Amino acid sequence: MSRKDPSGGLVISPIKNGTVIDHVTAGEALNVLRILGITGSTRECLSIATNVRSKRMGRKDVVKIENRELRTEEVDRIALLAPQAKINIIRDYQVVEKKGVEIPHLLRGVVRCPNPGCITNTNEPVESTFEVLPKGLHCLYCDWLIKNDIAGHII
Amino acid sequence: MIRAPPPPAGLKTPEGSHTMYHIISIRDFEKSDLDHLLDRAEEFDTEKYRPRMLEGKLAALLFFEPSTRTRMSFATAMARLGGDSISVDSVEASSIVKGETLADTIRVVSGYADAIVLRHPKEGAARLASEFATVPVINAGDGAGQHPSQTLLDLYTIRQSMPIDGLDVGLLGDLRYGRTAHSLALALSLYGVTLHTIAPGGLEMPANIALELRERGMDVIEHTDVEEVIRELDVLYVTRIQRERFPDSASYYNVASSYQITPDQLRGVREHLMILHPLPRAGEIDPAVDQTPYARYFEQARNGVPVRMALLYEVMK
Repeated sequence: MSRKDPSGGLVISPIKNGTVIDHVTAGEALNVLRILGITGSTRECLSIATNVRSKRMGRKDVVKIENRELRTEEVDRIALLAPQAKINIIRDYQVVEKKGVEIPHLLRGVVRCPNPGCITNTNEPVESTFEVLPKGLHCLYCDWLIKNDIAGHII
Repeated sequence: MIRAPPPPAGLKTPEGSHTMYHIISIRDFEKSDLDHLLDRAEEFDTEKYRPRMLEGKLAALLFFEPSTRTRMSFATAMARLGGDSISVDSVEASSIVKGETLADTIRVVSGYADAIVLRHPKEGAARLASEFATVPVINAGDGAGQHPSQTLLDLYTIRQSMPIDGLDVGLLGDLRYGRTAHSLALALSLYGVTLHTIAPGGLEMPANIALELRERGMDVIEHTDVEEVIRELDVLYVTRIQRERFPDSASYYNVASSYQITPDQLRGVREHLMILHPLPRAGEIDPAVDQTPYARYFEQARNGVPVRMALLYEVMK
């Protein structure tokens, strides 16, 4: 994303160092931040654009995080919410790395099991563990299946 | 020699335990594993076993939820094979009340016994136990989750009368919360069985379980009335309709009475029809049915012993 003439529409400042997450499913930008553990109380300098026009997607969200380069496992979590997202790692205003996201096979400690009777919702020393299947997320402890609203179950 | 079912990919297991044989969920088993366990149970049932096969072995029966049949039949099975058992019968009598986690309890008990039999109110408890145990774990029921030894004795009872493959099996009762019904349906899906579900409104089989059964290639046919299907069945598996699932006792009695099996309903059924029930029953089957040749539930309960002997032997031999 680069600076454009204000009359042409979108203006978001380029960042010097950090990560730009582009092509996020429209409306999911705030959930993407949540899945990355970025809240109002963390130190990152953020720019968020939602429902931006996109040739490829119609509408999209864009998230820029300054001075933080996302690790692969963080990036793959994003795939749950925004499978088309593109991650750009920026150093000194240049894109040094560009990658897509891959849905991981296993999610450990990312999603809370919605089943109140599941052993992972107790004080036991285990993390929730879900396998990612085409039909949804399957809890390996209680066999619960999360079919939709994955964002609502993110820890 | 039976293959130890691997834990689902991604779950931790203690070092060296990858060859250990836990019995956690019917989902972990292939048909040949089930058949092997049923063959073994049959050997023990016909007394082709030596009474001291598990002499010197100790099973810890950890029952953090009430149980009569399951706990007693595991203790009986252990005694019949010459082994001993130690038990915890309630949460109140255990260190759980002091705040100890199940994980710690399992690690401690692993040091005392050669196998752990666990009944626990939380779903997935047995899977968790198998990650922390250094001895084999047998799931004796985890909340509304799995109860594999019950399923095996259900299969065993059917197989005593007829081959399981290709049968028409009806599941009647609470198919929403009834764990025995879910476990049994999953196992039957390995045998090319056609499943007929008959449940009161609100207690139907959860959509994701019905979907899983169909994905496993099973024909699942839903009915609202047992009358419309009972004459086509080889096996009718009745489960308890739990009173606590209803807002008041009037609506419970209303539903429960419409789902009661009586001798009148059994006119014209297949000659070899077997009626099974995991027990305890609470009015779903009229006691007058007990006198008919179709009633097989007490025989089914008795089969808990040889089946559990087979499980205990396989994990500890």
